[in-house]
Amino acid sequence: MTSDERRTTDIDAGALPERAAALLGRGDRLALTAAHHDPDALRVVYLFTGASPDRRTELQVRLDPGRPSLPSLAGLSFPAGRFEREMRDLYGIVPEDHPLPRRLVRHHHWPRGWYPMRADAGPPPEFGDPEGPYPFVTVEGPGVYEIPVGPVHAGMIGPGHFRFSVVGESILKLKARLWFVHRGLEKLFHGRLPGDALPIAERVSGDTTVGHALAFCMAVEDATGIEVSPGARRMRAMLLELERLYNHVTDLGALCNDVGYSIMNSQFGRIRESLLRLNAEVTGHRLLRGGVVLGGAALRTIPAPARLTAIAEDAAELARLALSHTVVADRFTGTAELPAEAARDLGTLGYVARASGLDTDARRDHPFTDLRPSLRVATRGTGDVLARFQVRAEEIAVSAALIGDLAYGMSPGVVTYWPPLAPPAAPVSGVGIVEGWRGTIVHRVELAPGGTLTRTKIVDPSFFNWPALPIALNGVIVPDFPLVNKSFNLSYAGNDL
Amino acid sequence: MSAAGTVGAVAQVLLVAAGAPLLVGVMRQVRARLEGRAGAGVAQPWRDLRKLLRKEPIAPHGTGVLFRAAPLVLAGAALVAAGVVPLVTTASPLDGIADLFAVIALLALGTVFLALAGLDTATAFGGMGASREMVVLALVEPTILLSVFALSARVGSTNLGEIVTTTLHDPQLVVSPVSLLAAVALAIVTIAETGRIPVDNPSTHLELTMIHEAMVLEYAGPDLALVEWASAMRLTVLLGLFANLFAPWGIAGTSLLMLPVALLAFSAKVVVLGGALAAGEVFMAKLRMFRVPELLAGSFLMALLAVAASFFLAGP
Repeated sequence: MTSDERRTTDIDAGALPERAAALLGRGDRLALTAAHHDPDALRVVYLFTGASPDRRTELQVRLDPGRPSLPSLAGLSFPAGRFEREMRDLYGIVPEDHPLPRRLVRHHHWPRGWYPMRADAGPPPEFGDPEGPYPFVTVEGPGVYEIPVGPVHAGMIGPGHFRFSVVGESILKLKARLWFVHRGLEKLFHGRLPGDALPIAERVSGDTTVGHALAFCMAVEDATGIEVSPGARRMRAMLLELERLYNHVTDLGALCNDVGYSIMNSQFGRIRESLLRLNAEVTGHRLLRGGVVLGGAALRTIPAPARLTAIAEDAAELARLALSHTVVADRFTGTAELPAEAARDLGTLGYVARASGLDTDARRDHPFTDLRPSLRVATRGTGDVLARFQVRAEEIAVSAALIGDLAYGMSPGVVTYWPPLAPPAAPVSGVGIVEGWRGTIVHRVELAPGGTLTRTKIVDPSFFNWPALPIALNGVIVPDFPLVNKSFNLSYAGNDL
Repeated sequence: MSAAGTVGAVAQVLLVAAGAPLLVGVMRQVRARLEGRAGAGVAQPWRDLRKLLRKEPIAPHGTGVLFRAAPLVLAGAALVAAGVVPLVTTASPLDGIADLFAVIALLALGTVFLALAGLDTATAFGGMGASREMVVLALVEPTILLSVFALSARVGSTNLGEIVTTTLHDPQLVVSPVSLLAAVALAIVTIAETGRIPVDNPSTHLELTMIHEAMVLEYAGPDLALVEWASAMRLTVLLGLFANLFAPWGIAGTSLLMLPVALLAFSAKVVVLGGALAAGEVFMAKLRMFRVPELLAGSFLMALLAVAASFFLAGP
C-alpha cells in the first residue's frame, strides 16, 4: 500500500542541502536518517514525510569511500543536526560545518576511532582512550550553583544525567546527557530473518511493544510487498489504541502522584490494572506482546466495547476530579510552557507537540486504516503541564471510542499473510510509520535477496522530544522538575538504541 | 517534685520513644486504607528501624564530626523534649525548664544540626535540603512562639505545665477566639515542621522536590534509623503538645492512680490527631514551593491576631 507512495532518489552529496531545503520548505519533516555500510561504501538515506496527502520521499547519498563526509543540514533542520551527530558517532561519517560537532550517542569510554555500526567494527573492545573531555558549560554569576542528578535515579527509570545550573530555586540551564546504556539494538537485527527479529522490535522500549513491533512489521511488509488484509489492519489499530490507553492512564496517575496527590495515583492504578488484564485477555500478554505478527495480527478475544466505555468514563471522571483540585490545578497551570515555535523547530512529536498547538498525528497523516469518524486529534495551545495532561486525558476518550468502532464485527484469531510467496530477489527497503502513544515511530528496513535483514533503523519519538525538555524548563523552579519530566515522559530505552 | 511526677515523666519518655514509630505506622495505614491500598501494617516503621539498625554504619567520605553527631543531637533533643513537655503529667520534675522557649529551642536545635549535617556532606541535595529546611524553620519558629505566647498571656506564665493546668481548671478558656486562632496557627506550623503534605511529602522518592528528606539522603544504616526515629518522636511530641494545649483532659497531676489513664488518654489523643492529619493529607496535594511561605505567613498572621486578641479580650 505504501510502497508506491515512497519515492527514492539517488543524489550527490553536493545537491543534498538544496533538495532537503526544497522538501522542508513544502512542509515535510525529516522523519528518519539512516546510514548504511555497504560492502563498497557508506550510504545515507534521508526520509522526509509529509501529511495530507501522505508523502514519503527518500534522498539517498553515496559517500566517497576514502572520505566519508556530508554537508550538514543542521542549519535547515534541528533534528537533522542530531541525526548527523548520531551517524558520526556510530559510523564515522563527518558532517561538514556542523554547528555543534560534539558526540551525541557515543559513550564516553568507547575507544577513539571505533565505530560500532560499521561492518568491520568487530566485537566491542575494552573501554579505552576516550574521545577527549566534554565538559558541561558552566553558568557564571553570583549565587549560581550546579545540581548534578543521575545517571542512576531513584525509582524505576532509565539512566540519564541531568545537570542543573540554578540560582536560588530557579533553573537557569539544564543539560540532559543520555546514552549511558547503548544496547547495540539495531545491530542485533542484522542478519536475522524478520520473523526472528520481531521479538527484538517488541522490546525496543518496554512500554511501546505494539508501536515498535507494528512499525517494524509494516516496514518489512512494505519491503516485501505484502498487502495486509483490512481486517488485520483494524486488529493492529485496536492493539495500538490498547497500548495508548494503559500508558496514558498510568501517566495521568503518575502526574497526580508527583504533586503529592497520591489517592489519584491509586485510582488510576486501579484502572491501569484492569487495562493490563484486558491486554492479557486479548493477546495473552499484559504488555501486548505477541499481538502484532508479520503480515497481520493475532487476537485471542475481542474486548467488549461497553467495558472500554466504562473504563474511559472512569478515567475521565478521575481526570476531572484531579483538575478540580485547586492545588493540583495550580501546580499544572503555566508550568514549563513549551512555545509552539520551539516545538515546531525542534520537530517534537506526539502529545508534547499537540499540547503546544501542533496538529500532528500519524494516525491521520499516515493512515494504515481509516479511523474516521471517531478519530479526533486533541490539541491545546498553552504547552504547559496542564495542556499535556488534558491532551492525554482527551486521547483516552478517543482511544476508547476507536476501539469500540474497530471491535464492531471483528472476530478473534490469527490473520496473517506471512511469509511472502517468494523471497525478494533483489535488495529491497521498506518504511513503517505508526503513531505510538508517545508519538510517531518510524522504522526503515533493508532486506538482502533471500529476505534477511541487512539494516534496521529505529526512530522513537523520544529522539525528537528530548531536546524540548530543557527548553520548556526555562524559568521553572527545581522542585517542579520531576513533574515536568513526567509530563513529557520520554523513553530512555527508545532513545538509546 | 513528687514520686508520681517522676514516674509520669519517665513513662511519657518511654511511651513517646516506643510509640512514635507506631504513630507513623498508624498514619501511613490510615492513608493507605483511604486510598484503597492494603498498607504495610502499623508495625512497619519499627520493622524498618530494626532493618536499618542491623546494617553497618557508613558515612560518606569527607564528612566530619557534625555529620555523625547530628542524628544523636536530633534524637537527644527529641527525647529531652518528650520528657519536658507536659504530655502525660504536669508534675514532671523537669517542670522548671518546661518553658515554652526552651522547648521550641530544643526542637530547633535538632533541625539546625540536621541542616548543618546536610551541608557537611557537600552534596547538592544536602545543601538544597538544608536551605529549604531553614526557610521553613525561619517561618515556622516565630509562629509557634507567638501562638503559644497567646495562650500563655492569660496564664501569666510561659511555663507549659502551668498553661496546661490552667486550661484544665478553666475549660471555658478553650472556647475563645484566642484559642481558636492559636490552634489553627499551631496546626499549620506543626504540619510544616514535621514535613507533611502540603509543605513536604515524606513518601516521595523524587530528590529534587524534597525538603526534610533531601538533608538526610546521605544517611544510612543505624544513623538513618536514629534520624527516622527522632523525626517520629518530634511528630509525636508536637501533636501531643498541640493536644494538651487545647484539650488537656486526662493528663495526670500528682496522683499516681491517674497515670495509666493519662497514658491511655495521651495515646488516644495523639492517634486521633495523627489519624486526622493523615486523613486530611489524602485530600491534599503538595503546594508549589514558592506558595509555602504564603501559607506560613498566613499562619503567622493568625498567631499575631491570637496574641492581640489575648490582650484585648482579657478585659479589665
